[in-house]
Amino acid sequence: MPEPTSLVQRVLRHQLLWPVLALFVLLLVNVVAKPSFLDVRMQDGHLYGNLIDIVRNSAPVMLVALGMTLVIATRGIDLSVGAIAAIAAAVACTRIIGAGDEAALRTAVMAMTYAVVVCIVLGAWNGLLVSVLGIQPIIATLILMVAGRGISMAITDGQITTVNNPWFSDLASGFVLTLPLAFLVAVGMVLFTALLTRRTALGMLIEAVGINPEASRLAGVRARTIIWTVYAFSGLCAGLAGLVIAANTNSVNANSLGLWIELDAILAVVIGGTSLMGGRFSLAGTFVGALFIATLARTIPNIGIPSEVNYLFKAVVVIAVCLLQSPKARALLRVRRSGTPTLANGAPA
Amino acid sequence: MSAVTVPTASAWDRVRTYRPPNRYLPILATAALFVGLFGVGGIRYDGLTDPQVLLSLLIDNAFLIVLGVGMTFVILTGGIDLSVGSVVALSTMIAAKTLDMGWSPYLSIVAVLATGTLLGLLMGLLIHYFDIQPFIATLAGLFLARGLTYLISVESISIKDPTVTDLAFRTVHLGDYYVRWTAIIALATVAIAAYVLARTRFGRTVYAIGGNEASAMLMGLRVAFTKVGVYVISGFCAALAGLLFSLYILSGNSLHAIGMELDAIAAVVIGGTLLTGGRGYVVGSLLGVLVLGIIKTLISFDGTLSSYWIRIITGVLLLAFVVVQRFATRRRP
Repeated sequence: MPEPTSLVQRVLRHQLLWPVLALFVLLLVNVVAKPSFLDVRMQDGHLYGNLIDIVRNSAPVMLVALGMTLVIATRGIDLSVGAIAAIAAAVACTRIIGAGDEAALRTAVMAMTYAVVVCIVLGAWNGLLVSVLGIQPIIATLILMVAGRGISMAITDGQITTVNNPWFSDLASGFVLTLPLAFLVAVGMVLFTALLTRRTALGMLIEAVGINPEASRLAGVRARTIIWTVYAFSGLCAGLAGLVIAANTNSVNANSLGLWIELDAILAVVIGGTSLMGGRFSLAGTFVGALFIATLARTIPNIGIPSEVNYLFKAVVVIAVCLLQSPKARALLRVRRSGTPTLANGAPA
Repeated sequence: MSAVTVPTASAWDRVRTYRPPNRYLPILATAALFVGLFGVGGIRYDGLTDPQVLLSLLIDNAFLIVLGVGMTFVILTGGIDLSVGSVVALSTMIAAKTLDMGWSPYLSIVAVLATGTLLGLLMGLLIHYFDIQPFIATLAGLFLARGLTYLISVESISIKDPTVTDLAFRTVHLGDYYVRWTAIIALATVAIAAYVLARTRFGRTVYAIGGNEASAMLMGLRVAFTKVGVYVISGFCAALAGLLFSLYILSGNSLHAIGMELDAIAAVVIGGTLLTGGRGYVVGSLLGVLVLGIIKTLISFDGTLSSYWIRIITGVLLLAFVVVQRFATRRRP
């Protein structure tokens, strides 16, 4: 394949073209439905508006999807993130309530640190099952997905726990430099991870493990350690997401907190162009994917459809993205267009 | 008559040296677990040994048994179906809505079963013909079914049709004890599925695909038909389970059956079916559902344990079975 040279060609071939275009179309739909949709105004030193809401609401999915991207790059999957988020929120909220001074900054920081450490341990547990015991990722993480909400309820004693700590709720509703803190945390994590994986060999090693764990092990890559690390990292991200969600409502409901966030995260990853077969990943793609999901959630009520119906749209997006990525569907399309049926069977795109 | 030189084994010897075939070991383990739990419960709590408790177990878990049957087919081919919980919710909603609109119950049953089967067919086609992973295709199915449910109605609709409520409460008496029709339908589903898997060409192909899809293809088996077929069966079973669930709960609600797919998968795994496919029995899934059911019953008999312990215990059981499976299959590659 000749190297694309001109700018147009480079743009057309860029893997982010489709996700960004889809996001653009979605915003366009919103503007058509409601011309004032993109308005952003300054009030009390913060920015307000639909766009700001979207970036703020995208934070939990972005965090979870970030961890999920690395897990999927190793040809794994982490179904337990929703349960881990619920556990993080339960741990943090019960710690805040149990502390001597409920509203202090120190209480909030201690509780959140404690929750994040618990989540890293839970992620490492998943990693243990996958890398050491060699259980399929989907099954290994299913165990914690089933048990996790029970654990979260055991921590909160089955109650909806409400906390009263201004520092904690700032995590979701606070603003720094006119932007929502939650979004900055998510973006900070994405940038940090991008630096760590793309400015060192780590990203390449993760992709190598995803392509062939055995071959990469023989080539001297510590496949086990890497797999273990990405699951622990996914746990960390899920924990942060859980804290953001809990801070948003100042409460934790172990049954519903982070419900189906694993599916949203996988959707964000897939939209971003990371293949579920592992072996390559795009953090920028995941970033756009998470924004797309948050925008979709905002679009549906905006164009006058009950917001619950957004599951239907998500289904359509999943199918469309998967078909676009499926070599067979691509081959089928190409045959239609060029009329050469000899290429039909399984010509990889 | 010449003297018999080989001593014939006495009946006792045969019993003593009997070892069940290896392939039945997982099922026997699950059965032993069930009997053990039931025994412990019987000793600790009065009234648990009443045969009616066992029958109630069947009645209360009829929908899960049917879901487990469909899931067993899918998992035997090495796939997974995440959509079943949502399809159950969609089925309750379609049933409630159509009955509310004054449809005849039979027509409404047909509509529900057709919808579930069609959804299964679509997912099967996506999985087989476009090489989309079962996990992601059925994820789309999960979203689609849940979205359709919300589209029909965001609010809960109760089922008041007299024919249906009559069917829901009608009992079959066995001496002093009774079962509901839902339990009988569930057991019939298990029997039919067991026959199909053990004795028909379709069933044997299911095992062959789970063992090795490429060799099944090279042997000339109907891989495409079977692979799409298992998702159709799972969709049909999910719709049937949805009908049984509607009879159990007598309402259609978009919040029904959240996470039920996890229960179904857990029951299949606890029932000894290998998650990589190729090994397992529907009877095992039935036992798996009963194990989950008896845990629920024990917790409700105990009264001091909160309901969330069900999930934790299910997780622990799942872990135990998955780890044991892992080591059992490592020895025999």
